[in-house]
Amino acid sequence: MEYEPIIGLEVHAQLLTDSKAFCSCTTRFGAEPNMNTCPICQGMPGTLPVLNRKALEFTVKMALACHCRISEFSRFARKNYYYPDLPKNYQISQYELPVAEGGYVEIETEQGNRRIPLTRIHMEEDAGKLIHDENKPLSYVDLNRTGVPLIEIVSEPEIHSPQEAAEYLRALRSILVYLDICDGNMQEGSFRCDANVSVRPKGEQALGVKTEVKNMNSFRNVQRALEYEIDRQIEAVKAGERIVQETRLFDPSTGATAAMRSKEWAHDYRYFPDPDLLPLRVEPSLVERLRNELPELPFQKKARFVEQFGIPPYDAGVLTASRDLAAYFEQTVALFPQPKTVSNWIMTELMRMLKGEEEGIGSCLVSAEQLAGLLKSVDDGTISGKIAKTVFEEMYATGKDPAAIIKEKGLVQISDSGELAGLVKQVLDDNPQELKKLLAGKTGLKKFFVGQVMKTTKGKANPQLVNDILNDELKKRGFSE
Amino acid sequence: MKKTESKITPEQVDYVAHLGRLHLAPEEKRKYQAQLDDILKYMDMLAEAPTDDVLPMAGPVELYTPFREDEVKPSLPLEEALANAPARVGTSFLVPKVIE
Repeated sequence: MEYEPIIGLEVHAQLLTDSKAFCSCTTRFGAEPNMNTCPICQGMPGTLPVLNRKALEFTVKMALACHCRISEFSRFARKNYYYPDLPKNYQISQYELPVAEGGYVEIETEQGNRRIPLTRIHMEEDAGKLIHDENKPLSYVDLNRTGVPLIEIVSEPEIHSPQEAAEYLRALRSILVYLDICDGNMQEGSFRCDANVSVRPKGEQALGVKTEVKNMNSFRNVQRALEYEIDRQIEAVKAGERIVQETRLFDPSTGATAAMRSKEWAHDYRYFPDPDLLPLRVEPSLVERLRNELPELPFQKKARFVEQFGIPPYDAGVLTASRDLAAYFEQTVALFPQPKTVSNWIMTELMRMLKGEEEGIGSCLVSAEQLAGLLKSVDDGTISGKIAKTVFEEMYATGKDPAAIIKEKGLVQISDSGELAGLVKQVLDDNPQELKKLLAGKTGLKKFFVGQVMKTTKGKANPQLVNDILNDELKKRGFSE
Repeated sequence: MKKTESKITPEQVDYVAHLGRLHLAPEEKRKYQAQLDDILKYMDMLAEAPTDDVLPMAGPVELYTPFREDEVKPSLPLEEALANAPARVGTSFLVPKVIE
């Protein structure tokens, strides 16, 4: 019998607000433990939470970008559990009445575009961080992250493969980053994912028993964890075993998932409306204002790049991965309207230099005008494509104009046929052995002579012209192909 | 109390007490079982009220949650933040290990 996996994903995204969701402590990452807490996020009696307006606006933006229905009235709820990362013993979340429901995220698959339907998007607060001592039976509690605003994005169980899951996560992350509401950093935990996984015989409608897989901190690990878990469940079902509903942790070092053994984790959260917080009203005027502020989103931008610039979908995907990079491409193309050439340069030369730069294109000293200027110099024959790469490296390092570098270093291409003809003759005469072999039919040696000319001119000779002149000169010396 | 009349079992009282980390003496358990039972019966009475044409309400008052601007204000000084810590190491709260 053939089995198919059914995957639903829960994504937690940390919102890029300056202050926490319900108090004014900073959300800044990296401070010493417990420097950023106050009576509200520490859950002291007698305090009252007050919602951060920006956290709500960011949530509504994401809901709009995912085509959700936004509820004018929603409610905060308490999710109750005992764990030391949560000083109040409950997390402020949303349960029965979330701020947004429905919607979808569009992804590309091998079978074409697919819309992954969403169940809901709701607001909640993050918990603190625990560090467990490796040797002693102790845990260290840091409450700096407690109360940082999160949104939870819940998909319907309609993801059919680990690849689709990874594709969906990439799409979500890229929307969040485009909207400038989450930094999308999986290693630092500002973008986290849990997966609900089950398997069932192909064609069956009812869902099988699911497990929840946690601790996957990269796209790659999500895919590995899901592949492992799906195989494990299929093997178990085939062997006649029953799948137990449980939480399983992925271990990146072994690539396996294992049941989490914690008695503390009773899944009975006793949600109830938080009496400290009044119902949340999202004014329709706010929704309209945010709708008008929505930027072009990655999926649409990619389609437009393919359509408008005639570049391959792969190029469009790379260029639209970041909003700034996409803008850089468009600015360059506006000044040098050869989109494929610009795309090639950005994807090879520029991205090679940018590798390892945290800020991406933001840290690049070469402006779109300067890159367009460089490409024009190649196009009009001032410099060769090869020399252009050297010039570009210099531009990247110094931020200087290409024209200045070309002039300073004397890199203008030699396209004077008289001068080149002289050089061609000279290298032919200087290398009688090679010339003899070439005339005898060893045509591969043409490259050797072109190379010699390039060497004497330090790469400045126009290669096409050298080729033509060499062919003419060889013909004169009795060569025929 | 006759068994058929009770809406809550002693085991459910134990379970709820455990979720709330309450340690109850046998006498207290009986007391709370009766009280919880009364509350649940009261809910039954409420359920008899005709509500077919009444919209669900999220709260009893026509007020909505206010907002604050996204502005950072100083947090508690560290010594105050850790004043209730049962134990500490460096600037961290120290607790018994919570995972196996």
